[in-house]
Amino acid sequence: MRAEERSGWLLTAPYAGFLLAFAAYPIVFALVLVFMRWDLVTAPSFAGLDNVRLLATDARFWRAVANTFVFLGIHVPLQIATALALALALNRPLALRAFWRAAFFLPVVISGAVVAILWNALYATDVGLINRLLAQIGVAPVPWLTDPRTAMPAIAVMVTWKNVGFYVIIYLAGLQYIPRSCQEAIELEGASAWQRFWHLTLPLLLPQTILVVTLSTINGFQLFIEPYVMTGGGPLRRTLSVVLYLYTNAFSYQKMGYAATIGVALALIIGIVVAVQRRLIGSAEAA
Amino acid sequence: MKTLRRVALYGGLTIAAVTFIYPFLWMASSTLKPPFEVGTLTLVPDRPTLDNYRVMWARAPFGRALANSALVATTITAAVLLLGSMTAYAMTRLRFRGRRLLNAATIAVLLVPGQLTLIPLYTLIVRLGWVDTYAALVAPYLFNATAILMLRQFFVQIPQSLVDSARMDGMGELRILFTIFWPLAKPVLAAVAIFTFMGSWNEVLWPLLVVREQKLMTLPQLLTVFALGGGAGSIGVSLASGMVLVVPVVVAYAFLQRYFIESMAGAGIKG
Repeated sequence: MRAEERSGWLLTAPYAGFLLAFAAYPIVFALVLVFMRWDLVTAPSFAGLDNVRLLATDARFWRAVANTFVFLGIHVPLQIATALALALALNRPLALRAFWRAAFFLPVVISGAVVAILWNALYATDVGLINRLLAQIGVAPVPWLTDPRTAMPAIAVMVTWKNVGFYVIIYLAGLQYIPRSCQEAIELEGASAWQRFWHLTLPLLLPQTILVVTLSTINGFQLFIEPYVMTGGGPLRRTLSVVLYLYTNAFSYQKMGYAATIGVALALIIGIVVAVQRRLIGSAEAA
Repeated sequence: MKTLRRVALYGGLTIAAVTFIYPFLWMASSTLKPPFEVGTLTLVPDRPTLDNYRVMWARAPFGRALANSALVATTITAAVLLLGSMTAYAMTRLRFRGRRLLNAATIAVLLVPGQLTLIPLYTLIVRLGWVDTYAALVAPYLFNATAILMLRQFFVQIPQSLVDSARMDGMGELRILFTIFWPLAKPVLAAVAIFTFMGSWNEVLWPLLVVREQKLMTLPQLLTVFALGGGAGSIGVSLASGMVLVVPVVVAYAFLQRYFIESMAGAGIKG
């Protein structure tokens, strides 16, 4: 055997082993578990299509899926709008640019668990900061996390706040590639600031917007710690997320087969939603 | 007109910055207030107290959790750097059968959502008897596909002539990696280190699955359990436990913000 071949295998053997044990095996076993019933204590048994049938008619699972779409319907547009606005502001000649950028990015580095605990306090009905601020302008206290109508929107706003700095960086990178000459040419044509934004900046930022939509959608489907800490999935299951439901099935009900089935279904749903979004954005661009 | 627009710009930026910073300042100050003061908007406590921290420290093993988190995050970061650069080196500088397959597998892994493998991985840990061990917290994170791809991307650009002449001098592959590639790759290694450490430091779902014993819990896990189980008892105590997790990060971030932003934005990590 060539020495180079041997070195190659020696150096990559740990990685190959890791991929087999912690990537390939779990992916295959996820598909096996779909057809199994297993509580981790007694021996696993074959369940046929029981898990799939249960999933198809499980009101709580579909409630969680619907909740995710409510979340995404608020979170994704809000994320694009806020990230774009902040990136456009940062893209001007500015004093203290590094400071502003660092301030916007701060929540990104903070643990989601801590952010959830902090916003739980901010959203608290009686002593929460937000209701205290609203009281200053004469608004009655809003039960943000205990009213089924406001709980999920409140979480969506919080997640947008936490992640916006990340998406600002993506948009800023895109803005750097828009040539000055382009800006100046269209300015000479007498275009207003709004026209410049609508007909030049926004279309040129389309790749970044697609990225923001895709990443924030995938991120939204992974929603877990926020409802886990803040609402436990309530009120009236309006903040139950798919991952929280998966976790509950595995951890509280010991239903490994069903929890794995939820995981597989979620992966499929994410794939379909992201593909549809790309199609839609692509056709909007062509039009 | 021009001045007006500048005032609007800086006014807007200030409002935005306050929105992102003020909640954390409020959090820090709330932990120093007695319970009846927590709901107030002022940042300076009328009667500052360390009671929240005393209560928190007495009711749950936060010192131990801090040590657990530091140990787990450091081990994972060291492994991702060492093992990841060995892998990336072999994938760019050595010709061997299976190299392309390894490459394809690395990209495939990135496309599979974590929720798909979460439960099978958990059952694997149970069957290995690793529940309530450090191995469960560390093993699934020893390699990181994003890190390998970033290192690969950089290693590819190092001229082959450097490798060739080192081999002529009789240097082994590992020596070439650690004495020639590593010094050149410092910025990439730093970026990989930051997002790996932060990802591990803030991770909470995986520990919630594989660790039940309090003394093995990581910090984000313990403070979640503490806040939920009612152990905290008050907002001030709950927030105080959050401070233990946040303060080291904020201090590091204050000094290295540029690297944090480049690293975490580059790797697609969002907390």
